[in-house]
Amino acid sequence: MNTSQCFHCGNEVVKKEEILFDDRSFCCNGCKTVYEIFSQNDLSCYYDFQANPGATPQDIKGKYDFLANENIVDKLLEFKENSTHIVSLYIPHIHCSSCIWILENLQKLQAGISTSQVNFPEKKVRITYNPEKTSLQEIVEMLCSIGYEPYISLENYDEGKKKVDRSLIYKIGVAFFCFGNIMLLSFPEYFEVNEFWIDQYKDFFRWLIFLLSLPAFIYSASGYYVAAWKSIKQGMLNIEIPIALGIVVMFVRSTVDIVFNYGQGFFDSMCGLIFFMLLGKLFQQKTYDFLSFERDYKSYFPIAITKILPGGKEVAVQVYDIEKGDRLLIRNQELIPVDGILISDSASIDYSFVTGEAVPIEKKSGDKIFAGGKQLGKVIEMEVMFSVSQSYLTQLWSNDVFQKKVEQKHKSITDQISHYFTPALLLLAIISFTYWVFIDVTTAFNVFTAILIVACPCALALTAPFTLGNVLRIMGNRKLYLKNAIVVEQLAKVDTIVFDKTGTITTHKKSAIVQEGIFEESDLVLLKNALRGSNHPLSRRLYDYLPEFPVAAVTHFEETTGKGIQAIVNGKTIKVGSASFVGDAEENQLKQTNVYVSIDGIYTGKFIFDNQYRDGLEELFSQLSKKYEVKVLSGDNEGEKEVLEQLLPKNTELVFNQKPEQKLAFIENLQKQGKNVLMIGDGLNDAGALAQSNVGISISENVNVFSPACDGILDASQFKRIDFFLRYSKNAMITIYMSFCLSLLYNIVGLSFAVSGNLLPIVAAIIMPLSTITIVSFVTIMSNYFARK
Amino acid sequence: MSVIYLLISISIIVAIVFLYAFLRAVKTGQYDDDYTPSVRMLFDDELVKGSGKKELPTSKKENIQTKIKTKII
Repeated sequence: MNTSQCFHCGNEVVKKEEILFDDRSFCCNGCKTVYEIFSQNDLSCYYDFQANPGATPQDIKGKYDFLANENIVDKLLEFKENSTHIVSLYIPHIHCSSCIWILENLQKLQAGISTSQVNFPEKKVRITYNPEKTSLQEIVEMLCSIGYEPYISLENYDEGKKKVDRSLIYKIGVAFFCFGNIMLLSFPEYFEVNEFWIDQYKDFFRWLIFLLSLPAFIYSASGYYVAAWKSIKQGMLNIEIPIALGIVVMFVRSTVDIVFNYGQGFFDSMCGLIFFMLLGKLFQQKTYDFLSFERDYKSYFPIAITKILPGGKEVAVQVYDIEKGDRLLIRNQELIPVDGILISDSASIDYSFVTGEAVPIEKKSGDKIFAGGKQLGKVIEMEVMFSVSQSYLTQLWSNDVFQKKVEQKHKSITDQISHYFTPALLLLAIISFTYWVFIDVTTAFNVFTAILIVACPCALALTAPFTLGNVLRIMGNRKLYLKNAIVVEQLAKVDTIVFDKTGTITTHKKSAIVQEGIFEESDLVLLKNALRGSNHPLSRRLYDYLPEFPVAAVTHFEETTGKGIQAIVNGKTIKVGSASFVGDAEENQLKQTNVYVSIDGIYTGKFIFDNQYRDGLEELFSQLSKKYEVKVLSGDNEGEKEVLEQLLPKNTELVFNQKPEQKLAFIENLQKQGKNVLMIGDGLNDAGALAQSNVGISISENVNVFSPACDGILDASQFKRIDFFLRYSKNAMITIYMSFCLSLLYNIVGLSFAVSGNLLPIVAAIIMPLSTITIVSFVTIMSNYFARK
Repeated sequence: MSVIYLLISISIIVAIVFLYAFLRAVKTGQYDDDYTPSVRMLFDDELVKGSGKKELPTSKKENIQTKIKTKII
């Protein structure tokens, strides 16, 4: 088969369905239409920046009708004035430079748009338009028609304008300004201590330095004082206490020094310290702007839904305004927002969000349907039984675990160390002070302050942020996106791993069916008709896989349990089932599920059902089970038990028939036994378990869109590397311990100066940045080295 | 009055001006997205005029692609 690529979207083009246009081949009409739109509007260099950048436009007829409702549009708008509206839309497809280019040229496709600006890291486009000339609905529909469908959910509704916290950047800017200028002004005194020139201007320089240090001392370092005060109030000894103490002592002693003309003080070291520590904070804050770890049901739910008024008129209403007894219209691919009763004859509902199960469930008129399902196929009508907040799925979120924050759950490694470090430091300072008091009181004060200054655990405080920040980055490059640095520490402590089954160790996609042997079209007609009567799961799947054919009369039908079916269609006898039943000698040796077919006693061919388990599953589990307790939790029945037992190592515990609350309780129970649990799941049904576990990682085929609240998001293609990530997080902790030792070494060197009473400002000014630089380069090199293994 | 007072004051004032410029730039959101502008500056007058069938000369096209690729890497 010729495998050319679609010029627009890059998908493989099936020769039979290829569309040639302008000497280019397209996989479908949708892609061709987008190409046409672009070339008519002089925008064809869309294809020049990146090969095959596009996405096939989806059918969205009627989906965005709710944007005609002004109240809803108002909620989405960022800015509103008579002739100018500004809206920010999240478009998951944004992925390359072509996307940026086309989305910033939207004004050529739609009159009324004045400018549009892409924010690539956040995958957002900010559109300014004139509401008199166009409308949000028109813009959204135009975006869909070129394959850039925005994602609008209930979350956008109460989002409003987000306030960005930039105070850390301000603080760093101010600290760097102070640090740089002070360093420059301190230089003369470092070297020419007794010259006439310096004597003349000494006071001027010193007081200028004092003034310059004030913004850094008061503003930039303010976060440390607050944190230190809080931890004192809570009776904890965290790293902020020696830091804050060090800064304050440095400032006071330096001021005393210059007031009484003892020396130039340590203002340079103080500002450098503040600057480097803030830099560490910034480095640790690796965020993935395009991901959200706080998702709850709101980001899955539509913002509005079509309601049928008693007169039969259809209006778009906000999801929150739905009341009991309302009649709703659910279109193809739309999410059911509330629990209710089906009114239409039948519906086929995909509950993969809720249960992870990809096979749609058939419902009949009068059946109860639950929120979170997606209607597939034709339009259905339903009657509402509960409002959004009372629906089953939404209730799950009222559980306490969703209110907790990760930071509060765990104590970080730095805090653990400082638990010993802080008292030891204070003790040393006091002992040296008492020792020197008997010799010389002035020196005693000098020594006391010098110890607190030099031991200010700058390097110690920087180790964890830089290591973990770097680890986060490296993991992010390998498609495991963690929420923050604490998760890495938690990951290293894990001893029990719980996997969800459906969607996590199996793929979401319906397993592929491969046909072997030659089937004429008439054979397929026979097969399809024979399968119609069978209820066996494999028959159903094969039936769905085959194309539509006219119904033929089945004159005889017989199903032998565990073997297959035999039917007479159009006068021909057809046998479908296992190899022995069909009469073919070739047995199934591989771990595949095959269905064999024979017509009139002649073997025609077979259908191979690919197993749906992810690549490398067996290997991963056998690796993991050596070091961890591995468990599989499933919401399904025990149908797959045997296959799983065969596939997975012996000591893997398998638990079936678990409801979302039971999964949560299961994890809680393990934790009560003292286990550190890593939960790996996907759908919303795992949300509770993910939140309860020590580390909850959700696995996603498309990281941009669907994942419940969690600590980390793993791209499904990296599933088999979970082992690596766990090992890596452990190595990261080793790196931290090693550099803790290194920084303690520096502290000891510095302290030996301090205790003996010879800490000159220049020594402090050298040791401080030197230790910072060595620590930072050490942890960077080490974490990169471990990543290569 | 020595010239050194004047010079140092000037140098501090210049530094303050730069600090102010930096804080303003952060405040207006110029640092919020540090990727897109780097790609955006490479596009400008690349609109294909006319029927849309005309293409950029290959050399130019490749040039853009390599430029962007280097950027992304």
